[in-house]
Amino acid sequence: MEKFGYTISTGRLIDYDKNDKTLYYYLKNNEPSIQLCIGCGGCTATCSSGNFTNFNFRKLHLLISRGELTNIEQEISKCMLCGKCKLVCPRGVNTRNVIFRIKRWIYENQSKILILDTEI
Amino acid sequence: MAQKKVAVVGGGIAGMEVASQLDYLGHSVVLLEKEKELGGHVRDWFQLFPDRRPGSEVLDHLKTKMQNSKVAVKTSAEIIDIDLKAKRIGLLDHQSGMYEVDAIVLASGFDLFDARLKEEYGYGIYKNVITSVELEEIFKSDNHLNPLGKTPKRIGFVHCVGSRDEKCNNNHCSKVCCVTAVKQAIELRMLYPEAEIICYYMDMRMFGLNYEEMYRESQEAYGIKYIRGRVSEAAENIDSSIQIKVEDTLSGRPLKMNVDLLVLLIGMLPSKGTNNLGEKLGLNFEKNGFIMGKDSHFQSNLTNEDGIFIAGTSGGPMNISDTISHARAAALEVDQFLKHKN
Amino acid sequence: MKQFDPFVLPFIVGLYFIFGVLIIKFSLWIIRLSEVDKSKIKKGFFTKKTLASIKEIFMESLLHRKVLKVNPVLGYMHMSLAFGWFLLIVFGKLGTLSFSHDFFNPLYFAIFFKYFEPFHPPFFYSKTYTFLMDFLLLFILSGLFLAIFKRFKSKFFGLKKTTKLKIGDKFALASLWCIFPLRLLAESITSGVFDSGHFLTGSLGELLATFLPVQQLMYPAWWAYSLSLGIFFIALPFSRYMHIPTEMLLIFLKNYGIKTDKEFNSFSEIEVSSCPRCGICIDQCQLNVAGEGGSSAVYFLQSLRNKEVSPELAMNCLQCGKCEEVCPVDINLKNLRLTQRNKLSLDHSDFEFLPKHIPVNAEVLYFAGCMTHLTPGIKNSMVEIFETAHVDYLFMDKDGGVCCGRPLMLAGECASAKKLMDYNREIIQNSGAKYLVTSCPICYKVFKEDYDLEIEVLHHTTYLWHLIDQNRIKLIVKPDRVAYHDPCELGRGSGIYEAPRQIIEKAATLVSSADEGKNAPCCGNSLANFKLGTKQVDLIREDALSSLLIYNPDVLATSCPLCKKTFAKSAGIPVKDIAEIVAESMIAKTPKRKCVKQLEEVMSY
Repeated sequence: MEKFGYTISTGRLIDYDKNDKTLYYYLKNNEPSIQLCIGCGGCTATCSSGNFTNFNFRKLHLLISRGELTNIEQEISKCMLCGKCKLVCPRGVNTRNVIFRIKRWIYENQSKILILDTEI
Repeated sequence: MAQKKVAVVGGGIAGMEVASQLDYLGHSVVLLEKEKELGGHVRDWFQLFPDRRPGSEVLDHLKTKMQNSKVAVKTSAEIIDIDLKAKRIGLLDHQSGMYEVDAIVLASGFDLFDARLKEEYGYGIYKNVITSVELEEIFKSDNHLNPLGKTPKRIGFVHCVGSRDEKCNNNHCSKVCCVTAVKQAIELRMLYPEAEIICYYMDMRMFGLNYEEMYRESQEAYGIKYIRGRVSEAAENIDSSIQIKVEDTLSGRPLKMNVDLLVLLIGMLPSKGTNNLGEKLGLNFEKNGFIMGKDSHFQSNLTNEDGIFIAGTSGGPMNISDTISHARAAALEVDQFLKHKN
Repeated sequence: MKQFDPFVLPFIVGLYFIFGVLIIKFSLWIIRLSEVDKSKIKKGFFTKKTLASIKEIFMESLLHRKVLKVNPVLGYMHMSLAFGWFLLIVFGKLGTLSFSHDFFNPLYFAIFFKYFEPFHPPFFYSKTYTFLMDFLLLFILSGLFLAIFKRFKSKFFGLKKTTKLKIGDKFALASLWCIFPLRLLAESITSGVFDSGHFLTGSLGELLATFLPVQQLMYPAWWAYSLSLGIFFIALPFSRYMHIPTEMLLIFLKNYGIKTDKEFNSFSEIEVSSCPRCGICIDQCQLNVAGEGGSSAVYFLQSLRNKEVSPELAMNCLQCGKCEEVCPVDINLKNLRLTQRNKLSLDHSDFEFLPKHIPVNAEVLYFAGCMTHLTPGIKNSMVEIFETAHVDYLFMDKDGGVCCGRPLMLAGECASAKKLMDYNREIIQNSGAKYLVTSCPICYKVFKEDYDLEIEVLHHTTYLWHLIDQNRIKLIVKPDRVAYHDPCELGRGSGIYEAPRQIIEKAATLVSSADEGKNAPCCGNSLANFKLGTKQVDLIREDALSSLLIYNPDVLATSCPLCKKTFAKSAGIPVKDIAEIVAESMIAKTPKRKCVKQLEEVMSY
């Protein structure tokens, strides 16, 4: 929101064709349960970190699936891995492994991360 | 041709409808009900969606049909023996004895999800967390004008409790809870004009005739609010109000709020009777545990065993109008089966 | 009497080789131990610990007492090979004294005694002696027969799978399998030539002499025997059989108090090399039920030894500790797995968003734990009990606190975990409390072992037992028959088995189950496992429930919110935490106080 003003517009569209969805495919291959999400938000509601910060697992995963890879490294560092989200997920998404895999992907591909100017 | 005999197991609306139709078609019917009286779950319902017609009206209609028929009704009937080959049903009450029949219709219905299993919502722990069934009881009771002892300022409805939830072993949708929540929200609004009433939903599944219209009406005329998000947990405050946590997924942020009453929309499971009888008869089950029809489009009343039929919610969650249609179709199927038999 | 023959050379070369390798390997391992561990050796060396280690080597490396206990047939197999061979060498040595009165005669005399003394030895009881030598050989051969049988038919041993082999293993295995049959052959042929030997070598020798040119075959047979020994010794350091010498070193070091903790170090390498691949852990591993048996401890160690542990293998473990419980070598299997989780992914969380709190004083700090917020029955019971017992307590995470840090540690993110631990430690220290009580065994373990707290940390089962014992709360016995499930982190993880059972006996009737205490099953939903999907967890849970509910209890009790939630999904009977059982049978309850102490954030502007 602070970026509102006379800057070069990167556009509000999600450019699905151009976006890099490598991370999503990596997650899909390594933790297929990620595909089961119906976006109910139970994970975010119960999140231990969500009490203190704007960490939002549902939204993070949604943006990754659209190839909107903004600043994930910082977002993911807010997770305490407590596992409550995994316990409430009505679809049985293995949320903790998704987080672990995102971290691992960043760890392995640190130089390749595409940073887009989209806010989470 | 000698008169053929049919046993209908379960005296809810499906059982009553199928029994009276079979009687009308000229068969000898015995209706077995485990409770003391007929009516099944509809007996617990104060008003029905979508038109808020009193539940008793539907029951009275069906009961009248039963009374005008020659159906032999056995209430408090406990089945202790059921034999597929001989089509024999034995009741615990030996005076009624054994029934040898030509066909059996399972109208043994559904059970409600035990909300205590969804412990994070605190049912059975916090006194201001109740189920949708208990709310109907409150509506039906005499003191329904002030059921909570005080005027609630905010009431929440949690959708999909025990439905669409792999953590409860139930992946299926119970179909009728969404519309029940809308109906109950409107009824509460009429009791508490000042209260804020909020439904927490994952998807609003308004599949039936006039359901979507009622949903719209609930917003337009009754000011019911809807928050798209699954409640993750409830905690009790010192004043016994309930704090819930939910993500307001449409604004993308977690939300907590206090409600004075939290209503859990509990889902439908195959009843114990449906399970036991199905197993004893060697019937196929759907993944969700209800009895599987022989053909999902054309023979949903038939089962994998000849002469065993299903009617109503023993085959899956249904609303009342679908149940009646299904039961009536079952009667036709049984009739055809009996005509071709011998 | 001959003193030497060239055929002993392969044996001698092999022997020198293995001794050389062992001296180098052992020295390198010990040199690379941390200073702390080295000082443990120095402190322990001249104490009873050394004697205890020697005794343990005899009991475990030779007799294989623990394997015998768990699996008698498997134990017999290991014992016959190890102890039998040992006795054969010892008696061989004693035999050599008859012709070489120097005790320090060359070792090959003892090994090839029959070649150097082909007649009945010239001493008293020589018949008994040859009988004994034949008997020992038979004893070993019977074990060898079992070993060969096991390789092809592992089910006979109650093992679902046997371990897989690598190249070095195959050489060592083949030569090991040859050693004793060749010895039998060499000794029998020699007996055939010289008409000596006893029931085994004597009879076989006579038989062979009837149709074989034993005179010509004798010398090649001894060569073959010596060669097989030589090959075995040379292949040994490159094979699984390295565990035999390494285990002896391990026994000393572990008795001096050295273990694998958070980091993989020189001692961890010793542990990895000490695994005999007996396979006892395989059957204990509940991942088998979920079709993930390939991740059980023995396979993990094998990958670790070959330095090829994949992230999947590292993360696919319940950390239930059942393997560690039965491991005859006492390898720190849980920690070894955790060391392989370090540096697999980012470990960079600073959690700077966490709020500061105004310090609150209380006698008891109650930390429910993240999971307990999803099982309100537990936390409500605890509050009710605190109120009834008039405890001055602070509900530290009433509005959802900060995670204890163990879940991050289980993911190998120890630096991130430390941030959370520092945060919680400050709140705990500032409270001035005497006790920290927690309802979650996962939190309990980390508070107890890694927080370095000055106050006493108690799991609520122990704390509640104190309250009952001190008559601060009174229970009445209810008619329920209750079976108790030991959560992994509380039972095997922390050794708390008694308190929950004592409590149940005060409140209901305790019913046993198929696997209890140290053998209790894991619920399957462990936070340590990152790989298992829902269906696999379901399989493990069903397996655990079938063991827990075997005597048809009315209630299944446990003392972990995660286990409770997992079992409730399909137990079919009420699943209750010990705290709920106490609260339900408590008499003279105090109604809830209006005000409960809780933390308040320091407002920052």
